[in-house]
Amino acid sequence: MSQCCAGPASITRVHCPDGATCIGAPEGDAEPRPGLPAVVTGRRRHLQHSVKNMLAAFISRVLRRVAQKSARRVLVASRKSSNDATFEIKKCDLYLLEEGPPVTTVLTRAEGLKYYRMMLTVRRMELKADQLYKQKFIRGFCHLCDGQEACCVGLEAGINPSDHVITSYRAHGVCYTRGLSVRSILAELTGRRGGCAKGKGGSMHMYTKNFYGGNGIVGAQGPLGAGIALACKYKGNDEICLTLYGDGAANQGQIAEAFNMAALWKLPCVFICENNLYGMGTSTERAAASPDYYKRGNFIPGLKVDGMDVLCVREATKFAANYCRSGKGPILMELQTYRYHGHSMSDPGVSYRTREEIQEVRSKRDPIIILQDRMVNSKLATVEELKEIGAEVRKEIDDAAQFATTDPEPHLEELGHHIYSSDSSFEVRGANPWIKFKSVS
Amino acid sequence: MAAVSGLVRRPLREVSGLLKRRFHWTAPAALQVTVRDAINQGMDEELERDEKVFLLGEEVAQYDGAYKVSRGLWKKYGDKRIIDTPISEMGFAGIAVGAAMAGLRPICEFMTFNFSMQAIDQVINSAAKTYYMSGGLQPVPIVFRGPNGASAGVAAQHSQCFAAWYGHCPGLKVVSPWNSEDAKGLIKSAIRDNNPVVVLENELMYGVPFEFPPEAQSKDFLIPIGKAKIERQGKKTKIYKHPSILVKFNLEVTVINMRTIRPMDMETIEASVMKTNHLVTVEGGWPQFGVGAEICARIMEGPAFNFLDAPAVRVTGADVPMPYAKILEDNSIPQVKDIIFAIKKTLNI
Repeated sequence: MSQCCAGPASITRVHCPDGATCIGAPEGDAEPRPGLPAVVTGRRRHLQHSVKNMLAAFISRVLRRVAQKSARRVLVASRKSSNDATFEIKKCDLYLLEEGPPVTTVLTRAEGLKYYRMMLTVRRMELKADQLYKQKFIRGFCHLCDGQEACCVGLEAGINPSDHVITSYRAHGVCYTRGLSVRSILAELTGRRGGCAKGKGGSMHMYTKNFYGGNGIVGAQGPLGAGIALACKYKGNDEICLTLYGDGAANQGQIAEAFNMAALWKLPCVFICENNLYGMGTSTERAAASPDYYKRGNFIPGLKVDGMDVLCVREATKFAANYCRSGKGPILMELQTYRYHGHSMSDPGVSYRTREEIQEVRSKRDPIIILQDRMVNSKLATVEELKEIGAEVRKEIDDAAQFATTDPEPHLEELGHHIYSSDSSFEVRGANPWIKFKSVS
Repeated sequence: MAAVSGLVRRPLREVSGLLKRRFHWTAPAALQVTVRDAINQGMDEELERDEKVFLLGEEVAQYDGAYKVSRGLWKKYGDKRIIDTPISEMGFAGIAVGAAMAGLRPICEFMTFNFSMQAIDQVINSAAKTYYMSGGLQPVPIVFRGPNGASAGVAAQHSQCFAAWYGHCPGLKVVSPWNSEDAKGLIKSAIRDNNPVVVLENELMYGVPFEFPPEAQSKDFLIPIGKAKIERQGKKTKIYKHPSILVKFNLEVTVINMRTIRPMDMETIEASVMKTNHLVTVEGGWPQFGVGAEICARIMEGPAFNFLDAPAVRVTGADVPMPYAKILEDNSIPQVKDIIFAIKKTLNI
């Protein structure tokens, strides 16, 4: 029996002679036993692991001889999936901190499946938005976050639903992870009644409970997020606010003002710089005198996080959330990530960076593939299971797109609604003095 | 008739009233309250009433307010509710808006509205538009207040009137109190309103005392936002927007104190114009695209146009950045003589 190559946590694929595809395994694996099919696994907690493996292997060999075609399926089915696995994650660079997040983490099967599904949903949703935009169902601005899925999913995994999040215009992923349905997001993009903002907001202005958008003005969400954190501290409810901004926004003066007041008043605010290396078409080296964004908080401690690894993001977020909740004040996280699309749908994204660079990230650092390989490799899930999730996600997205392209536009009468909250109705002027719209709160 | 029926219905009260009158019993001296103290009272009452209300701005706490409007509040309510900020308008205005989105009811003070220009993006894009953009999901119950317009000798960068700028934007409410009663009633209404309200005060009026009617002394005294007040009834209409000038007329002029810039009470103005047939608007701000310009445009488009016997006229600040020298400054804002001249011209006398 041949041995699969055991290697570091990067993805290497090897074809084993028995036809199965083995994935390069994380470090510290058990030596493959001679006489067993050469699938190398990660560290386990099951006590009867080796016995089960031997038994499974024996059964599978027997069945393979019986039905060659269904060999792979049987091979997989006979292997019981594990409940959890431990993974090593990249150590975060620290600024003004003695200790950082842990370098290993446990991922349960349930968590892994959830993160996988969420990331895949965000990916497919963004790609569908791309398609709808090109078909002219979506108008105006459309800033996609495919490539950055580990950020929104990892952040959500590190906080409670009762915590608060605010972000920039590249918001669709966070909209989903904060609880908006794909349907309501796509229908808002297409400007329909069933959109989460009733078609009044569009891509950059989607809101839900404990999620404050979606902000069109670069950097404005910095002080807003600090204000939400102030409300958390004021109410004494132990909640925190994640305030996201990009590498471009990091150079906004109001971000520095927000840092100052958050630190001064010890606001429970986690400032998060999603550094995808480009502010529109300007690379970080051309925009920032210091592109060490995790140090830009000056007097605020910072972490540099691998934003392509959902587990790294999760652990860093938990660490940061804990820091804030303990009353120490704000903390800053820089998530190193990458966007596959250009700045927006009107930017092909290749005039200021090379196709090779994009391809390199896709093949070596794709967040979904990183998780997928980890899960399959450590038997948290099978390839088939993940494919099934993929099919379910595809259906969900397709149904949502169908809704988003067929739901009617808002009633014209609603043009004047929602000017003021909690007010009696009044008249709003239209394009000429004879056109009046009723405004209802 | 009324007196007789009064005696029959309420004999004891009338008799005691007569007795009182016979003994020359004088009513208590009317309560005089400055505009500053009225705003202070209004904020104090609302801070006491609702613990979600808090005040932030430069020097509002330990300094007692740059113009002493928040005097005594920090001593009473402490650091949590009266917050001194660094000189970071865009930052603290944004923080205030965020706090409002998360359920608190902030009062954000700008030392003068000139400095609000640094934060104007947060006022307009983060506060005013959010309820609409979110399809009614996210209200922003915030008050932005501070002195607006000309002061005395503070020159161009510190004398701009922002009524037209803020009045331009849907989603905002903009109020402009004149006397103490206005100040207290409007600040209380603004704080209780679930929308972003801009309260344009006037520094020169802070120290001016006015008679405070009994109803204004109540803790629930509110002046509705969106209603103008007819300060005096006469035969001709005049509208005060910024009545920081005390005027005595020989003419029979109706004086309307707008109180609210947005939403503007056109009904009161139109009804008055239809009675008096003339209109003069008065404001401290620049003429081009000003509040007076809007009023005139609406009068033209509305039912009152046909009642005008002469074109409506605006009295405004001079179309220059505010100069410093006294003679120049005096002639850059509407003076009493300028208003009277305009009225007489309109009346053709």
